Amino acid sequence: MTAPLLQALALGRRFGRVVACRDIGFRLHGGEVLGVVGESGSGKTTLLNCLAGALAPTSGQVLYRPPGGGEVDIWRLAEPERRRLMRQHWGFVAQNAAAALRFDVSAGGNVGESLMAAGWSHYGAIRAEVARWLERVELDTARMDERPGAFSGGMQQRLQIARALIAGPRLVFMDEPTGGLDVSVQARLLDLLRGLVAELGLAAVVVTHDLAVARLLADRLLVMRRGEVVEQGLADRVLDDPHHPHTQLLVSSVLQP
Amino acid sequence: MTAVVAAEGLAKTYLLHLQGGARLPVFAGLDFAVAAGECLALAGPSGTGKTTLLRILYGQCLPDRGRALLRHEGAMVDVAAAPPRLVLALRRQAVAHVSQFLRAIPRVPALDIVAGRALRRGTAPGEARRLAAAMLERLNIGPALHGLAPATFSGGERQRVNLATAFVVASDVLLLDEPTASLDAANRAVVVELIGEARARGAAIVGIFHDDDVRRRVADRQLDLASFRAAP
Repeated sequence: MTAPLLQALALGRRFGRVVACRDIGFRLHGGEVLGVVGESGSGKTTLLNCLAGALAPTSGQVLYRPPGGGEVDIWRLAEPERRRLMRQHWGFVAQNAAAALRFDVSAGGNVGESLMAAGWSHYGAIRAEVARWLERVELDTARMDERPGAFSGGMQQRLQIARALIAGPRLVFMDEPTGGLDVSVQARLLDLLRGLVAELGLAAVVVTHDLAVARLLADRLLVMRRGEVVEQGLADRVLDDPHHPHTQLLVSSVLQP
Repeated sequence: MTAVVAAEGLAKTYLLHLQGGARLPVFAGLDFAVAAGECLALAGPSGTGKTTLLRILYGQCLPDRGRALLRHEGAMVDVAAAPPRLVLALRRQAVAHVSQFLRAIPRVPALDIVAGRALRRGTAPGEARRLAAAMLERLNIGPALHGLAPATFSGGERQRVNLATAFVVASDVLLLDEPTASLDAANRAVVVELIGEARARGAAIVGIFHDDDVRRRVADRQLDLASFRAAP
């Protein structure tokens, strides 16, 4: 089998005496979607931030394999190197779209910035590609020049997804991508994400507390509790035949509509 | 005989941590082998682990002991020990599972659900949609329903979407959990035909068929799981 795209090796993060993540290990291959589930405070977001270059771990390694190159330990790279790699190869979808978007720039500008960062310079080409992506995430291209502040929460989230994916990342990190949205908006967004991930062959790490979202998006799951991975495996195996007491608790606590 | 599906010393006990660590033994020491073109019917009263066994073979459930083997690219793969990526590749390329549930994805039309399986197998998009439409129609889901998401479908219609997804492309292994449970006589006949065609093509089939008539027509052997009941 081919080499993994991303690897976590004995990854840990402390905040003073508090251990937020301990001894996390996994491998992620191209085209795979890994879901990270657990209750709030279980360390999911800390793990995601350590993986995604946003928060330095206090122990362990995050190894990434760029196209055609050997593995790099992202936390041993110099800051500008790491930032360049993140910009060119990775995409990020945050729970709060408002925090990821710039409100003093037009909707189209927010999406187009990713292309400029990737080296695109022809205005007409950028605008055409942005329009294509707005359509892809089901936003009205006629509203391209409006500010994000004029958009609803669900629309802002779609704008953020277009911004994250337009430059063709190989790996996407998502933190509760459908959290805080109405269920009808959430369903459309999930379907959209699922389609894009499959179509573009993306690898992704998706943090969610929602097991239904995890089942729909992820091939594999890590179940976290108190900073540790208590169970991992195929998504439907973990959800349909949970072994660890904590996974059994999570699965049995879900309300069925 | 060359086995395509096999179990060796398979044992499963559900351990319910939240209910005082209750142990529900299902089966132990389970052995069988199914060759290409064969159909094995799982029998036994409710609770003897028929659905559990199909799930183990699909990688959706983990046995405590033993091996759950499926033939893949010339070798036998133990689904219970294989890395997730290999199990996913097996599901994509070789194994179809018809469960009693359809996990309907909001907003995704029936036709796309069925065509999705062919697409993942590498079929070109136009051809995948053509095959999906033809299989849905064969199972009496008319074009009026193709564009609708199955969330609103009846139980029988959902089951036929599941069946269409399993049969839209040929698979080496079919795992069928009561494939005709909520179907009328006409649709049952279609399913019997589809299973017959799959066998003729060399598929190995393991299934649960509560309908005696259907079982007699599709299966050549029966395995009574009650005789593998594990001691509590």
